[in-house]
Formats: sequence, structure tokens, C-alpha cells
Amino acid sequence: MDPYALKTLNTERRARRAAILVTDLGDGRDRVVREGDQVAGDLGAAIAKAFRSGNSGSVQAEGRTFFLNAHLPQPRLVVIGAVHISQALAPMAKIAGYPLEIIDPRTAFATPDRFPDVALHAEWPEDVLKRQPLDSYTALAAVTHDPKIDDFALKAALDANCFYVGALGSRKTHAKRVERLLALGASANRIARIHAPIGLDIGAASPAEIAVAILAQTIYAFRSRGLDAKGAVA
Amino acid sequence: MSDNIYLDEARDPLIIAEGWMKDGKDVAIATVVETWGSAPRPVGSHLVIDSEGNFHGSVSGGCVEGAVVSEAVDVIGSGKARMLEFGVADETAWQVGLSCGGRIKVYVERLG
Repeated sequence: MDPYALKTLNTERRARRAAILVTDLGDGRDRVVREGDQVAGDLGAAIAKAFRSGNSGSVQAEGRTFFLNAHLPQPRLVVIGAVHISQALAPMAKIAGYPLEIIDPRTAFATPDRFPDVALHAEWPEDVLKRQPLDSYTALAAVTHDPKIDDFALKAALDANCFYVGALGSRKTHAKRVERLLALGASANRIARIHAPIGLDIGAASPAEIAVAILAQTIYAFRSRGLDAKGAVA
Repeated sequence: MSDNIYLDEARDPLIIAEGWMKDGKDVAIATVVETWGSAPRPVGSHLVIDSEGNFHGSVSGGCVEGAVVSEAVDVIGSGKARMLEFGVADETAWQVGLSCGGRIKVYVERLG
């Protein structure tokens, strides 16, 4: 392995950016391909597929055998709101392989008692997200219903190109939210990426069922990244 | 909370390999490039080895690491990459095989 390739790869991994190490198994030469880099032909198609699936494997292209080692950042889920839905969502998301963090400045809600074994921040999203910025391998679900808490985080999620952005609330509530986000400087195109009402439409009624709907929508958004212009489900 | 809660630097083979390189050590990197049947570690898994035989990571559940490490020390010496294949080929060869019945292909190369 080329030492420079190893350094580059580790830099990308530390920064939570996706990268693929492409090794020619014939002569051992390798290089790092970042997401969005243009690679032509069959090899390029295989690389694009590996970025989507995260699966590593060998591929035949241009009469050679290449090994693609896909290094995708661990997808994670940030939930704004230490509410009933989040209590159900926390263990489910963990099981599904999406580590979750909860942010809620209301100390009566964000208590370790209500959220055992969860990364919990009883602080304003403004403060937490300054320390731990969102990125394109992070999903954000805003479920407080409170614009003072949700709006900043939603705008930050759109700016960071989070792979999934969902917000709890009826269509009417969301229409008002859209106005506020426009006023904050978000573009209409970006705002259209927000899933509201939140969650896949499975007729969810209880908080736990809504959590299932949110998790399913998050997984769908992650696995269909880059497949359409919105990069997300309808 | 640290910035890298999702990358365990103390145990990550590729981060360790980079650290070894900075310390001036000779390093080999082994990578699972193919698996058949039941295999304990997925394609893409790494084992990193230095010239003294120290290693981190895994390419199997501990079944073939010993054999990979000794091959890796040779690879560090020669600089020539090798493709190794392990599996339960026959009853007499099972001491370095995978008792789970799977087969794996491991690519071993020198760093630099």
C-alpha cells in the first residue's frame, strides 16, 4: 500500500467523509477515491455502487482485477427532543446500527432516568452542534414541536446536507415552519428535503410506532443516497 | 465527548499502521478480499503486522492470524505482495484452516 494513500484514507475517515481504496490486485498499485470524484467506465460504475452500499469487493474492469475497499463513516442519528418518541427510537436505532444522540435543552425532559445508555445533551442545539457539527452521514429528526428548539437544528441539517432530515408536525405546522426557514435563509429546494409529516406512512399512531416510521425512513434515505435528485423518499 | 466517537483510533488497524509507519517501523497490511460460505470477518477487514510480528485487527476469528502474520513478515522482507487462501481443504490441513467451514482470500502487501 502506498503510504500516501494510507494517510489520505485515514484523513478522510477521521473527518467522517466516505472514501474507497482502489487496489489493482495485479500490480498492487492503489489510490483513494473520494465521494464525488469522477471515475470513468465500468470501474467508475462499480465505485459508485460501493459508495451507495458500503460493500467492499473485487471487480473486473479494463481487463484487470481491482479490489474496492469501501470506507463509509458510521451513519448516525441526531434527535432534537427528549420526548416519548425518542425514548422508543433510541434502542431501536441502536439495534439497527444507527447510533443515536439526543439534544434537548429542557432539563426536565433530558434526564438520564428517562434515557438510560443514550448520548444525551441537555443543552441548546446551537451549542452542541457547534462542538459536533452535522455531516452528510448524519440523519436529523426534530421532534420537539417547538420552533425555538427545532428550527436552528433543521437549518443546520440542511446546510450540512444531512442524508435525512425529518420534522414532526402536521402539514399546517410544517407550512409555518417552511416560512420560518425561508426567513432564516434556507432555499426552497433545500427545505423541500425535509420529511414532514415525519416518518414513512405506515399509519403509525403510538410514539413507538412513530419511532418505527422515522427509523424506516432514515434507513431508506441512507440506502437510496444519490439515487435521485432529492436523495430521499417521497 | 470526543470528535471521533465513531472511529476507535486505539483499535483501528489502519490508524495503527499509520502510527507505526511514523515511528519508522516496517509494516504489512493484510486485507480480506473474498469470502465464501461462513466467514467470521467481512470482506475489507484488516490485520496489520510489523516486522517483529506484532499485529492488530483480524481477518478471521483468530483461526488463521498466526499463518498470516508469518507470511506478512516475509512480505515485509521481500516487498512482494501475496494472495493467501484459507479454508477447510482436507482433514489433514485443518490446523491453519477455518473450523467454521468457510474459505477466505487474504491479500498481504507491504506498506511503502
